[in-house]
Amino acid sequence: MKPARRQRLMLIGLMVAGVGLAAGFALKSFNENLMYFFSTTDVADGKAPNDALFRIGGLVVKGSVERPQGLLVRFKLTDFNKDVWVEYTGILPDLFREGQGIVARGRLNGQGVFVAEEVLAKHDENYMPPEVASSLKNQSQSGAGQ
Amino acid sequence: MFLVPGFIERFLHRMASPPHFYAITERLMPWLWGIFSLLLLSGLYSGLFLAPPDYQQGESYRIIFIHVPSAWMSLFIYSVMAMAGAIALVWRIKLAEVVAISSAPVGAGFTFIALVTGSLWGKPMWGTWWVWDARLTSELILLFLYLGVIGLYNAIDDKRSASRAVAILALVGVVNIPIIHYSVEWWSTLHQGPTVTKLDKPSIHVSMLIPLLIMAVAFKFYYLIAMLQRAKTEVLVREQNAQWVKSMTEQELAS
Repeated sequence: MKPARRQRLMLIGLMVAGVGLAAGFALKSFNENLMYFFSTTDVADGKAPNDALFRIGGLVVKGSVERPQGLLVRFKLTDFNKDVWVEYTGILPDLFREGQGIVARGRLNGQGVFVAEEVLAKHDENYMPPEVASSLKNQSQSGAGQ
Repeated sequence: MFLVPGFIERFLHRMASPPHFYAITERLMPWLWGIFSLLLLSGLYSGLFLAPPDYQQGESYRIIFIHVPSAWMSLFIYSVMAMAGAIALVWRIKLAEVVAISSAPVGAGFTFIALVTGSLWGKPMWGTWWVWDARLTSELILLFLYLGVIGLYNAIDDKRSASRAVAILALVGVVNIPIIHYSVEWWSTLHQGPTVTKLDKPSIHVSMLIPLLIMAVAFKFYYLIAMLQRAKTEVLVREQNAQWVKSMTEQELAS
């Protein structure tokens, strides 16, 4: 390779590496702001802001969804470590169901219950036909029964 | 270059000369169109009619056959553009400049399609058109990068220095590509994690994976067609005073 070309190649390499490094530092320092939501463990441990709006994400605990009256829904969110109760008044998205991941925006009230103003469903990365899903479910049930 | 077999090196050398590039792409074009149409039709048919509905989302998941290949293309084309830009900067090959700038509008188109289809799917599934999570935001930045490349190129009159400026912008923006790809793993996002491009087994049933991959290859061919067509025009404009362009247009006019 001719010296001039090698020099240009090295300059380009340095530039890309430099930009990468700068971006890495910037993203690292903004890490928390880039998180779209807090986990339920963070919230239960008091890492989430106390009297400000924030988002919480987790799986809806099976069998925890209650509808006391009207459009009010109450359910437990979990990350398989710690749980948080969530209350929401309004219409839930299509994919909201027990065992499904959701992200809710709102604030904590005095009793540590998260009062949501907005609930979004977080879709998981699994795609399969209904028959496969039901046979998977049967398998895991028969496996649990043994 | 010692790693490249001789015949490939000769082929690349010939492709780097504009008249040869023009002639070869002209002969290649009908084949590319044929393969693209076949793949697109079979991909759409198997995706929209043969593939089963999803266990959670029912029929609405079928938008992934457009959304996911478009999103892959938006990253792929940007990488090609940056690579061509680097080659143009180091070796000063005219054709690399042409490939880089001809890729930008195609990539911008795919990025736009990925954003719009994602938004259309997000409304019924997530319950919102748009959120500012890491994946969606970084993909939007990618669209702005593409638009910046196109705008910068058109703002500079001398096309050779315009290409150099564009190459540097494209190379600076390369940092965004791994950020987009890993955003769903590094940060908590509303967008779901990777389904196909992970080391583990893909978490998509094979009856849905096959149409998805066919569509991905079909989009690659569309990119080739659109990029080469733009590149041909760009070469003609840049070489309008060259002898081979003059004799070719004279032949066209005579016939």
